[in-house]
Amino acid sequence: MKNSIIVELENIYFAYTNVPVLENINITIKQNDFLSIIGPNGGGKTTILRIILGLLEPDKGKVYVFGTSPKKARKHIGYLPQHITFDFDFPISVSEVVLMGRLGKRGIGRKYTETDISVCMAALQKVGMQQYRNNEIGKLSQGQRQRVFIARALSTEPKLLLLDEPVSSVDTQWQQAFYELLHDLNKEMTIVLVTHDISVVSTYVDKIACLNKRLYYHGSKKEGMHKISEMYECPVQLITHAPSHDSVGENDK
Amino acid sequence: MIEILHYEFMRNALFAAVLVGIACGIVGAFVVMKKIVFISGGISHAAFGGIGLGYLLNINPVLTAIPFSLLSALAIGILSKKTKISEDAAIGILWSVGMALGILFISLSPGYAPDLFGYLFGSILTVPISDIIIMLILDIIIIVTVLLLYKELHALSFDEEFSMIVGVPTQTLYLILLCLVALSIIVLIRVVGIILVIALLTIPATIAKQFTSNLKKLIVLSMITAVVLTVIGLWLSYVFDLPSGAAIVLLLAIVFAICAGIKKYFTSKVK
Repeated sequence: MKNSIIVELENIYFAYTNVPVLENINITIKQNDFLSIIGPNGGGKTTILRIILGLLEPDKGKVYVFGTSPKKARKHIGYLPQHITFDFDFPISVSEVVLMGRLGKRGIGRKYTETDISVCMAALQKVGMQQYRNNEIGKLSQGQRQRVFIARALSTEPKLLLLDEPVSSVDTQWQQAFYELLHDLNKEMTIVLVTHDISVVSTYVDKIACLNKRLYYHGSKKEGMHKISEMYECPVQLITHAPSHDSVGENDK
Repeated sequence: MIEILHYEFMRNALFAAVLVGIACGIVGAFVVMKKIVFISGGISHAAFGGIGLGYLLNINPVLTAIPFSLLSALAIGILSKKTKISEDAAIGILWSVGMALGILFISLSPGYAPDLFGYLFGSILTVPISDIIIMLILDIIIIVTVLLLYKELHALSFDEEFSMIVGVPTQTLYLILLCLVALSIIVLIRVVGIILVIALLTIPATIAKQFTSNLKKLIVLSMITAVVLTVIGLWLSYVFDLPSGAAIVLLLAIVFAICAGIKKYFTSKVK
């Protein structure tokens, strides 16, 4: 099972109504990879995750996830979107949000089981939010909400975890703990992390994909790190300087 | 108050008020949470086509309105999700086409259309027992469906995309929700009429939302609010000889304003 291919993207092209976002993308993700997708805003990072999830269909090219179509493979994927918009008044508690991760495992008309509840409580504990389980999600801070949504992605007990900027709004103290958590989780699952935080890439990640419409680099980190700095339009400053969102913005165009 | 219950029409009206409260309490909670208020408005106006068809075929218009509103619910859902037509355009089309068909059917049917005003604006005091039975059956369908699909509907209303990823058939579920809206509109038509239906689908749930952050409690509270206020509205319309639909809607609006005021007063005090 080790090294079996989890995700295979072949010659992917994608455009949002004639604005090309991805061109000729080839990415292979193997079991227990910890891949980071880096690149400027608008570079197509989120689009790739959504193609892997089958939420978007590529205009050209083939996608295999767990050897099958994304839609069939979805149930093995835990996903944390970059933004989740909802009404802060929505009547739903933290534990109800996390239980959503168990929906696919319980049929229509069936209640959540003890297992579902304990899986969710364990996921909340991993992100340090178990004491908030009965709180309303809308009353939490943005960073706390993001942690709850990470727990929700984990409660699906995924084999592949897709995280879209998971630490964009959590405090630095928890970021550290979070990356340690990912490091542990990586023993059980394959992780794809979209991030701007290059310090993370250098410490925790073992493979990188550098993306700005085209794929500029895809491979192990060791060779990648010095290659990226020579490379085209990739956010070069991010490699050499401390990460900042401004420097990402400059690379947009 | 008690002696007016000796009249059969008054007993029927009371039954109707309770059945209306149940339907709009349950479905209204989802309408408000999923923000499909104007889709619901579209479905209710489209149901007028069904009322017209009833006049034309000389059958109970409430019966012909059922397939009509179900079809328009499905049409709005499918048009907005499967085609490039935007949701509000789909609502606008169905809304006006349904009304136009209704008017056409009524003009084609022989003679004068009695009770037409009642279907448009409601007349709770003239609900016959046959309609009460239809309303009861529809209420049962609504309750059973929501009990079966509660956790899925809750998730769908909160985060449709995530529900889809974990394997909930969200498109089907969304169409089922719109069909529940369609059925609840049929339950409401006799009491408040097509044009005022949307008030009962939104105001009780919005009132309840001020007092709870638990969906189950919200549903129960909005059911109780709807039943109580419909009954009081019915009583007011009887005593002061007001049109029942208008009396109920205005009462709901006044109570909503008072509740919102109280909530604002107390939350500003806490801060």
